Amino acid sequence: MNRDTPAPVSGDGRRRWLRRALALPYLWLLVFFLAPFAIVLKISLADPVVGLPPYTALIEWTESGLAQIDATLDNYLFLFQDRFYGIIYLSSVRTALIGTLLCLLIGYPMAYFIARQRPGVRFLLLLAVIVPFWISFLLRVYAWIGLLNSRGIINEALLALGLIDAPLRLLYNDFAVYIGIVYSYLPFMVLPLYANLERMDLDLDDAAADLGARRWQVFVDVTVPLSLPGIVAGCLLVFIPAIGEFIIPALLGGSDTLMIGRVLWDEFFINRDWPVASAVSVVLLAILVLPMMWFQRMQARQAEGGQ
Amino acid sequence: MAPENATAPTRPLVEIRDLSKRFGEIAAVDRVDLEVYPGELFAILGGSGSGKTTLLRLLAGFETPSAGRIVIDGADMTAVPPYRRPVNMMFQSYALFPHMTVAENVAYGLKKERLARAEIEERVGKMLKLVRLSELAGRKPAKLSGGESQRVALARALVKRPKLLLLDEPLAALDKKLREHTQFELMNLQYELGITFIVVTHDQDEAMTLSNRIAVMNAGRFEQIGTPGEVYEYPANRFVADFVGNINLLEVKVLEVGSGRVRVHCEAAGTALTVRGDAPPAGPRHWLAIRPEKIFIGKKRPADEGRAVLAGTVLDLGYFGNRSLYRVRLESGAVISVSATNRQRRAQHMMEWDDEVYLSWDEDSALVLSE
Repeated sequence: MNRDTPAPVSGDGRRRWLRRALALPYLWLLVFFLAPFAIVLKISLADPVVGLPPYTALIEWTESGLAQIDATLDNYLFLFQDRFYGIIYLSSVRTALIGTLLCLLIGYPMAYFIARQRPGVRFLLLLAVIVPFWISFLLRVYAWIGLLNSRGIINEALLALGLIDAPLRLLYNDFAVYIGIVYSYLPFMVLPLYANLERMDLDLDDAAADLGARRWQVFVDVTVPLSLPGIVAGCLLVFIPAIGEFIIPALLGGSDTLMIGRVLWDEFFINRDWPVASAVSVVLLAILVLPMMWFQRMQARQAEGGQ
Repeated sequence: MAPENATAPTRPLVEIRDLSKRFGEIAAVDRVDLEVYPGELFAILGGSGSGKTTLLRLLAGFETPSAGRIVIDGADMTAVPPYRRPVNMMFQSYALFPHMTVAENVAYGLKKERLARAEIEERVGKMLKLVRLSELAGRKPAKLSGGESQRVALARALVKRPKLLLLDEPLAALDKKLREHTQFELMNLQYELGITFIVVTHDQDEAMTLSNRIAVMNAGRFEQIGTPGEVYEYPANRFVADFVGNINLLEVKVLEVGSGRVRVHCEAAGTALTVRGDAPPAGPRHWLAIRPEKIFIGKKRPADEGRAVLAGTVLDLGYFGNRSLYRVRLESGAVISVSATNRQRRAQHMMEWDDEVYLSWDEDSALVLSE
């Protein structure tokens, strides 16, 4: 078959190409997600040892040529028995949820506003949302220290204006972590919401108003339900990275800021207990799979509704 | 001008006074006056950019006028928001809520009125029956055909029992066959419910058959308001004549005016012609206007009595079965379109290419128009 002319490809040929094209992302997932995950899972079933690698092998070959599988669920039991981990998981989920909610409350009006502008203005505003991405994430989070410091710009300004007598404690607490999460992840909320709101048919707003809905009713009855896929996508895009966030709590959080990312770091690099660290991340993944499954079901239902 | 079906002397349902809407420098609607009477099926006919949709949106309350007043049923609506107007609109895109079923779409407006649930259910049920959609009550709009969507949109607006229903290109999204059927359905519904309709359309056939009065709109202004017959037979000016139906326009010089006759000289015809009618409106230029179907075509020269007669040759012809369309070139080179009904089956009456023919029309049939 002549490959230069794409038009007269037979059904079979096309299907073969489609399969190959679809295979690529799966291959990517296999190599960069599934394989590392399998390794982490394997380590989580091992016992820690002092040495290199710092864990026991999962499969050992005996002299008689038989494979001996040496797996243990001790690490998981340990996670469930030690209240510390439960508290930290809950606290991570809470922090990520509050951060996601804050992103939604701030991001929705932003996306709505941008989507209702003239195309040229829209482009500039979107650019303003995206531009901070061109600077290193670490630097941007670090910059907040300069802002929130007790001798930082905000405190100095408030002191100079005479609004406060002593510097406020803005840094190294949960407040600073929320600022960090909202600041870092807001674009992940705004962009999917914008994409959704921008293609919404404005006749629907007029139709609702025409049928007797006030502006807030139009928003509640029409705009919000129709932007639900955007809301869910934005929330997942914020929630998933936020729950495992390490840099933000490490740089901006206080000693009492408990997040699973920091625990993971400590287990790996300070305690050098790789099996427990691996178990921590496997459980984290299990927690994240739930909202993703919910999202999948939402999408399936949307597709069924023909929207 | 009173409408045909208005009973007794009625006050207009809609009164538009000196209404303007400017977008920056451009006046989309430019100092428009209009009265629409209860029970009318009124069409606003215009091309794209004529301002007809803006006028409709002003009536619905989606746009705020730059100047002027809108009175509906005696109440000043100029500053009233859309959700408080006794007006509903059917959108060209239908604008059905995709996340609601057919029944929920129709019920939405009643829910906003905070009616009792039983009443809502009853009215929605009746309305769905009226537009023959009862079986589809539980469907989502994405699963509806074009005609079904159109009926849902109509039901959703009518269930509110508006005093005035606005329809934006109601038939434009339907295919040709469905369009004719739906047109009559719309007219029957309007008659049955007695609701005043204002239809905006770019389609002159739609406007002619659907409505009892037409406003021809151009560049934000009304060129003419009248019955379909008036607009077609007595176009107010060259624009209306050209926009509504087909017409031959020949530039003329007015020679004399008097006693119900206008004498003009027509360069293209190479002769002076008489047109029966009142004095033409003043203007720098004048045209003689004659519809193609009002011209007789034949190989024999007809009598001159009370008729204009011109000679020419057949340049082009088209056979449509029931009628034939001829393009005839006059000696001056001007081309005139003629539409002739094929009353006889025999072929010897038919004209062929390059045949020498005579065109004639009654002095009553032509008009003298200005710009």
